[in-house]
Amino acid sequence: MNPNYELPLDEADYSFGFLDEFAKREVRRTILKAISIPGYQTPYASREMPMGRGFGTGGLQLTLSLIGQDDTLKVIDQGSDDSVNAVNLRHFVELTCPGVNTTERTTEATLIQSRHRIPEVDLTESQVLILQVPYPDPLVVVEPSEAKRKVMHGEGDYSRLLTKLYEDIVQFDEITISHRYPTRINGHYVIDPSPIPRYDVPRLYRSKALILLGAGREKKIYAVPPYTVTEPLAFDDVPFRTEDFRDANGHRRACGRCGATDSFLDELIAEDGSKAWQCSDSDYCNQRLAELAQEVSA
Amino acid sequence: MGYVAIKGGGRAIRGAEAALETLRTAEGDAGTPLSLSTIENQLRLLTSRIVSEGGLYHPRLAALAVKQMQGDTLEAAFALRAYRSTKPRLLEAPVQDSGEMRLIRRISSAFKDIPGGQMLGPTSDYALRLMRLDLANESPESFRDVARRFMDNVPETDLPDCFPKVVDALRAEGLLPAIDGPAGTPFDITRDPLVFPVARSAALATMARAETGSLLAIAYSNMRGYGDVHPTIAELRVGYLPVMLPHPVTGEPVEAGEVLMTECEVVAMYEGSDTDGPPVFTLGYGACFGHNEVKAIAMAILDRALQKGMRDGPRNPSEDPEFVLLHVDGVDSMGFASHYKMPHYVTFQSDMDRLRTTQAKVTQPRRQGENA
Amino acid sequence: MKKILEVRNLTKIHGRGCPQCIDSTGPEADTNICPHCGSVVAAYGVSFDLHAGEILGIMGESGSGKSTVVKTLYFDDAPSAGEAIVFDEARQWNLFALNAAEQRWLRNHRLGMVYQNPHLGLNFNVSAGGNIAERLLMSDLAHYGEIRERARRLLARTEVLPERMDESPKKFSGGMQQRVQIAKALATQPPLLYLDEVTTGLDLSVQARILDLILEIQQELNTAMIVVTHDLGVIRLLAGRTIVMKYGRIIESGLTDQILEDPQHAYTQRLVASAL
Repeated sequence: MNPNYELPLDEADYSFGFLDEFAKREVRRTILKAISIPGYQTPYASREMPMGRGFGTGGLQLTLSLIGQDDTLKVIDQGSDDSVNAVNLRHFVELTCPGVNTTERTTEATLIQSRHRIPEVDLTESQVLILQVPYPDPLVVVEPSEAKRKVMHGEGDYSRLLTKLYEDIVQFDEITISHRYPTRINGHYVIDPSPIPRYDVPRLYRSKALILLGAGREKKIYAVPPYTVTEPLAFDDVPFRTEDFRDANGHRRACGRCGATDSFLDELIAEDGSKAWQCSDSDYCNQRLAELAQEVSA
Repeated sequence: MGYVAIKGGGRAIRGAEAALETLRTAEGDAGTPLSLSTIENQLRLLTSRIVSEGGLYHPRLAALAVKQMQGDTLEAAFALRAYRSTKPRLLEAPVQDSGEMRLIRRISSAFKDIPGGQMLGPTSDYALRLMRLDLANESPESFRDVARRFMDNVPETDLPDCFPKVVDALRAEGLLPAIDGPAGTPFDITRDPLVFPVARSAALATMARAETGSLLAIAYSNMRGYGDVHPTIAELRVGYLPVMLPHPVTGEPVEAGEVLMTECEVVAMYEGSDTDGPPVFTLGYGACFGHNEVKAIAMAILDRALQKGMRDGPRNPSEDPEFVLLHVDGVDSMGFASHYKMPHYVTFQSDMDRLRTTQAKVTQPRRQGENA
Repeated sequence: MKKILEVRNLTKIHGRGCPQCIDSTGPEADTNICPHCGSVVAAYGVSFDLHAGEILGIMGESGSGKSTVVKTLYFDDAPSAGEAIVFDEARQWNLFALNAAEQRWLRNHRLGMVYQNPHLGLNFNVSAGGNIAERLLMSDLAHYGEIRERARRLLARTEVLPERMDESPKKFSGGMQQRVQIAKALATQPPLLYLDEVTTGLDLSVQARILDLILEIQQELNTAMIVVTHDLGVIRLLAGRTIVMKYGRIIESGLTDQILEDPQHAYTQRLVASAL
């Protein structure tokens, strides 16, 4: 290399949203296509982001391509705003998108980027939920070749996936898929709805908010447009079931902090070995606590 | 019990950054910060790996990445890739003729006499891997003396020059298939995702950016018996390729700079073909930024294996385009391996729910009507 | 008699082909490889009809093109030329004019295939019952209990012990694997079933029981079948009418009894003589 060459130091100044404008435009075009074909895994040239593939680079590219200065962003991981990865992603957006607001309140956000959860509070038409996806294709468990999976998706051929459910019931008397539950979108494409728990799957159904799913490493974007019909794969006589938070006596467990009995619970093990349950959605839990405090003071 | 499960992320990240920085400067008063020029020159093969796996020819930034990532090649290549994402594309380079490379090294294991001759150049291939203890306490004076002595003895005529390519000679003899017309527009993996089946140019581009070790491992599986490429290196060359770009005003090609690169062409045994004419050898091609001979050879072998797999269907992993091309990228594979360190509380909760339910079923009667 | 399948001029050439391919191959040329371009003329000008409930035998040595015919009719392989029409209850299917999704639908709902190699017809990673379930799921049945009951009945009908329905067919004997394949092929009660060398490689006693099963099914369900075989015994037992093929061409066709008693073509005469 030229010995007189100096690194231009201003190269450290990144443009708004980190990605160059052409890349953001490409992502937006892909989003439009994904919305037009609900559930179709639209390929795009995923860019390298400065965090690891698998840490939400697909979701982040969606967020950075959509975010504008009027937007308010909420980032959660496992339902929490303050988990390491969520903090990291939120800082990155704050750093590269000056002027953008961030929030921990679900109701205040216009864009919500999430890993593994859908917020407990129902979303609205003016919100976009962006889910980070590690494995976009539900067929990968029955067919390793992407070329063959593409044909199966195109023809709506999910019999092998259903056969896997059949085999599950034969073997375990129960469908054993815990999360990433295959879900049919708008009567055709079956998606991997990202590793949300089964508890969150029914909340995709006719969601008022646009739900975008981004898989950075696998270079796919897909969408569940607002008010779209979504159906988790199941048999007529073996229905889809969400996680069971009942104790041995059949009572619904409550959050040990806010007392909620209508939320997805994290199971915590205290140092003395005893178990406790708390809301996985930290904003939901905090809001409930604030309301309770208000009632008490009033 | 407090709400402790995943709180305090922000503070934890700042602490981790500080700890990392402390380790980088752990020598304290006795230490000197590494200069980028030192890394670029004295660790030139490391820098070579980074420019090639990072997919951006910028040795100085590669050196910075090595310094920042404390010598982790995967992370350094990753940082260079991420930097690349911020830059708009200004121009698409036309296809460059690697015959114009100014060579510092070229060998052929197929022929003793090749047009232009063999040139061993800078290689440790024939050196004994003995520890050179004299380097342990090398003085700056002796370091400079070595450089000075070499430059004094180099005649002007020994400066790198270009040579004809060995495969052109084989092709002229009819031992290699003729080139099918002018190359079409190559597939651009930075602008189009791989959607299988992919063109050969997409495979080549993917492998050119691939992680050296991953590429080597899959190529090695083919050489050892999970495949049938028995390659001979027609030519391996290392040198500086002038990059010709159209002049912004006249449109004439002008030399805009040069890139150090390694190129390898292997020939493998011929096979019967459906096409007309006599049987010919088949060719595998490998090339990458920087000086990285193992990567270029591994890529050439895999190119040949993939061409076979694309034509006849894969018979082993190294012939399967999806298997090879989706698993050799260092940024993808390293990132995904690392992501397992992130919390998976929700999915694990869900797993436990399924396990407990199915465990409970074992002791309960089966679904009605079943006689299992 | 109701026609169920009409095949006209079915042709399959492997390779790029040349204008001399057809004239340079066939029984007279004593080869199916074109000496000019090296292409293989696997089948040329194959035409026949099949009627409801009828069993048609296609007989020939390896390389005669007999398997090629059923592979193209089951969409495993695309023909180079020709036409085939399936006459279903209310409508007709012009097989080679259908798009991929229509072909898949027809294959799943209205056609059945039993291969010589059970690996081609069965998924060894799922249970015997799961294999039948897969075919029922393909035809949009989504009730677990009903799928299970139908799989049980089909396996019982093909004499596979229902206790073994949750085991992988890879643990089964060759004869059992063919029974599972037959049960799977029949799962959607197709009016048309292809059997490609289904008893080849099995013990004689096992062969006989499977052939009996096929005959029983044909009588119970009135399923039309094409039986591809090199075995005159299979033809004699199953087929009402027979086609004899050599090097991709039909050299003789007619009632099975007639062909076996009074073969016209020299090749057929040799075949029949050698089997006596």
